[in-house]
Amino acid sequence: MMAGRLQGRRQSKPLLQKLSELNIFIVVVVIMIAMVGFTLLYSVAGGSLDPWAKRQIIRFVIGMFGMVVIAVIDIRVWMFLAYPFYFLSLVLLIIVSVMGQTGMGATRWINLGFMNLQPSELMKIALILALARYYHCMTKEEVGQYRRLIVPILLIAAPVALVVMQPDLGTSLLIIAGGVAILFCGGARLWLFIVGLMAIIPTAIGAWSFMKPYQQDRVLTFLNPERDPLGAGYHSIQAKIAVGSGGVYGKGFIQGSQSQLNFLPEKQTDFIFTVLAEEFGLMGGVMLLGLYMILLAYALIVCMSVRSQFGRLLSFGMAVTFFLYMFINIAMNLGMVPVVGVPLPLVSYGGSAMLTLLVGIGFVLCAAIHRDTTISRGGAFA
Amino acid sequence: MITDSDDQKYKLFTRRAGLIAGGMLVLTSGLLGRLYYLQVVGQSQYKLLADRNRISLRLLAPQRGKILDRSGHDLAINRTDYRVNIIPEEADNVEETLEALNAILPISARQKARILKAVKRQRAFLPVVVAENLDWETFARVNINIPDLPGIQPDIGITRYYPEKELLAHIVGYVSSVNENEIGEDPLLELPGFKIGKNGMERVLDKRLRGKAGNSRVEVNVMGRMIRELSRNDSVPGETLKLTIDRNIQKFTADRVRDESAAVVVMDIHSGEILSLTSTPAFDPNDFNLGISHKKYNALLNDIRKPLTNKAVQGEYPPGSTFKMIVALAALEAGVIDEHEEIFCNSTYEIGNTTKHCWKRQGHGHVAMVEAIAVSCDVYFYEIAGRVGIDRIHDMAARFGLGRKFGIDIPGEKSGLNPSKGWKLSRRGVRWKGGDTANVGIGQGDVLMTPLQLCVMMARLVNGGKAVIPKILFPKKDIYETEAEIVPETIAFDRRNMAIILKGMKAVINSPVGVAYAQRMRDKTMSFGGKTGSAQVRRITQAERDVRVRKNEEKPWIERDHALFVGYGPLENPRYAVSIIVEHGGGGSTKAAPICKDVLTYIFEQEKKQQQGANV
Repeated sequence: MMAGRLQGRRQSKPLLQKLSELNIFIVVVVIMIAMVGFTLLYSVAGGSLDPWAKRQIIRFVIGMFGMVVIAVIDIRVWMFLAYPFYFLSLVLLIIVSVMGQTGMGATRWINLGFMNLQPSELMKIALILALARYYHCMTKEEVGQYRRLIVPILLIAAPVALVVMQPDLGTSLLIIAGGVAILFCGGARLWLFIVGLMAIIPTAIGAWSFMKPYQQDRVLTFLNPERDPLGAGYHSIQAKIAVGSGGVYGKGFIQGSQSQLNFLPEKQTDFIFTVLAEEFGLMGGVMLLGLYMILLAYALIVCMSVRSQFGRLLSFGMAVTFFLYMFINIAMNLGMVPVVGVPLPLVSYGGSAMLTLLVGIGFVLCAAIHRDTTISRGGAFA
Repeated sequence: MITDSDDQKYKLFTRRAGLIAGGMLVLTSGLLGRLYYLQVVGQSQYKLLADRNRISLRLLAPQRGKILDRSGHDLAINRTDYRVNIIPEEADNVEETLEALNAILPISARQKARILKAVKRQRAFLPVVVAENLDWETFARVNINIPDLPGIQPDIGITRYYPEKELLAHIVGYVSSVNENEIGEDPLLELPGFKIGKNGMERVLDKRLRGKAGNSRVEVNVMGRMIRELSRNDSVPGETLKLTIDRNIQKFTADRVRDESAAVVVMDIHSGEILSLTSTPAFDPNDFNLGISHKKYNALLNDIRKPLTNKAVQGEYPPGSTFKMIVALAALEAGVIDEHEEIFCNSTYEIGNTTKHCWKRQGHGHVAMVEAIAVSCDVYFYEIAGRVGIDRIHDMAARFGLGRKFGIDIPGEKSGLNPSKGWKLSRRGVRWKGGDTANVGIGQGDVLMTPLQLCVMMARLVNGGKAVIPKILFPKKDIYETEAEIVPETIAFDRRNMAIILKGMKAVINSPVGVAYAQRMRDKTMSFGGKTGSAQVRRITQAERDVRVRKNEEKPWIERDHALFVGYGPLENPRYAVSIIVEHGGGGSTKAAPICKDVLTYIFEQEKKQQQGANV
């Protein structure tokens, strides 16, 4: 134990060195993705910085600052803070849930002045930190024990239950998926996941039989939007028209008829990808996907090269969360999955999600800077 | 402190993370495939759908064609119309704005209800008309107060306007909003605020006046609001119609009979061009443009003098003595009488079991043809009508236009009634009797004519026997240039017989024995001839005759005789035919003939002025 602690201290580097080890290429990629967002927000406002682009830039700058701060702080500090952070997030979630239930304005967020913070966003990060710490502290043998599953399942279930009640299906799915990904890579038994996957089908059938007719109708409309072109299928159809009509080269900056003439719903938030696809075509879409891929590839490479299990799981959890944001949002824009409220990472207008993702990238960068730091199973300062 | 356990954990992590990374790659490829499918394979289909979303085709209403008189004076035009609209989305509160507007421009409760209903129904950015046809002063006051009237939008539109007001109401007609039954193939009719011809020439020639719709391809947003125009096909304005009517003559005639319930037709005897076609009383067609009030409309509808009826073409009257020329000509042509044969008139004429009376109770004594026309002796015409028979009178009347429609471009033209033996048997199921012929002989009984037919009859009598067709509209210029003018066919009759008739009509006014001698003109160039008529509206009973035949002035208006006159002028080389009927006006010589004199005098004086002007 002592040795571990001493070793850990020896490994900590001066701040300037840490800054110099910050991966500038990845920071540039993050800035480029965000700039795609600024460009699109400028376009959907009909060529204006107001009301979206300007505020988005300000948030991004603040978020970038936070990202760098997170990256240079010793990873053991984060491991130490993992549980307190998780409980803080849980308390905030309970507060907004209770406020929502008592009818004091159905809010999901807490006003921080420059932005509205959604505790559910905070929870995505906090859960990954907590689970990474939990699995870090276990031996290979312990990982395989079923009783060791109780804590992580509770850690996942508590916030999910609160978020589902809000109700925010998209976010709760993201929380579950992020948590399960850590369980999976942390080493829980493989057959649990196989059984879980197989259980989806009977669960879906069971859920269908319990659904009310109007809910079934919604599902059918998702599967075939033309069923209800002016109602529930409208968003889906208009989004597909926008993407398809963009063609290979797009209609040009501020030239997208679907977005400029308001045929697209939620064009500055959840459906901003359709604006990109309409105005910049296949080229624009592929370029953005490329940038995302670079970022994800970097995060995965970091996972493989980090020496501590905590760093690996943290970085991996962030990569999975980031990927899920990107995939669900784009798939929804392209009419491949139902319309759920998930923003396009770093591009959609909105403060909370951007902060979550920048914090997440901050942890990946942090893991990269501290890749050689080894942490004892007992924890850095334990 | 790397342990075996840590190493195993790392290996497990790497394996499973690699698995998930592979899954990510597969899912991302799915996104790329979907993008390719939508943007490359489906591109043209989705482009079409996007265009269908954003492009909307809007109709452009054409400008309605103008109607002009023969010298180019405006009779029906399109006038800028000052109106006030409200755009609901720009008004914070529509009711408050209307309340504020009320101080400048009074809005009735009914108007307000209509506006609020429209506001609810329409999309918030579409204007709702608050008031139309404002005078400049009110419009200006609204404009000045715009800052205090949120949502109010002053607008300048176009409405049909008839500057001559009631002067040509029956000819030109009016336009009004399209009703549901009229919506047909032309999508123009579905445009809000579009008006179509509802009466007169506006109705009969609506298609020519209407023009062709243009269209404009506009880009619209999801709400249907227009963003910009992409392309435009301008509308084709309607045809300008030029009437044969002379506004000045029309105005003079209308003023002359303003206080009567009367009809006057003035025609060029050679071309058939109608110079004036008046029917009084009339109405102001401008009232109908924006929807006439029920009260006003009912007043027009219930007026016993029938202002909505165009008496000149729709009114059918017994021609009375103006029909005698036809009877005389039929008799002369048939050879049943000649110019010199005298018939004795002792004021009564026995036929069958009945006794017919001459209008002059003392009788006319011995009269021959010319004098019989001049003094309008009824007994003479009972006799010759009996000799020639109804069927030959019928044929002669038909040659002069009785019993047919001329197809003039005004709605409601009537054909009159030209009776015959066959007609009476088939229509009334009664055999024709001698007494019936006697009645027709003096233009009473079954025979009915419109003022237009009377005028055509007069024209054909004095133009050398040409069967002119009346017309009120100059043909389209291109048709006019390529097609030769239709030469009217000639009515075959003996010129000498015609001369006798003309002598009679000249004597009516210019011979001391003539019934209208008082109306003679001393100036030869302005002299005229014609024939008076007084048509009984109500049969004089034997009981009345036994006491005393009441004078017209003693009877209630509705029972008085119609006063008629058909005239032509100048005597030498005639050019104009005139027909006049004054409903319940009394005697033709005292009431109708002076009108003819005044109208012809006006025309001759105008001609002289023009000639002098040309000479100077």
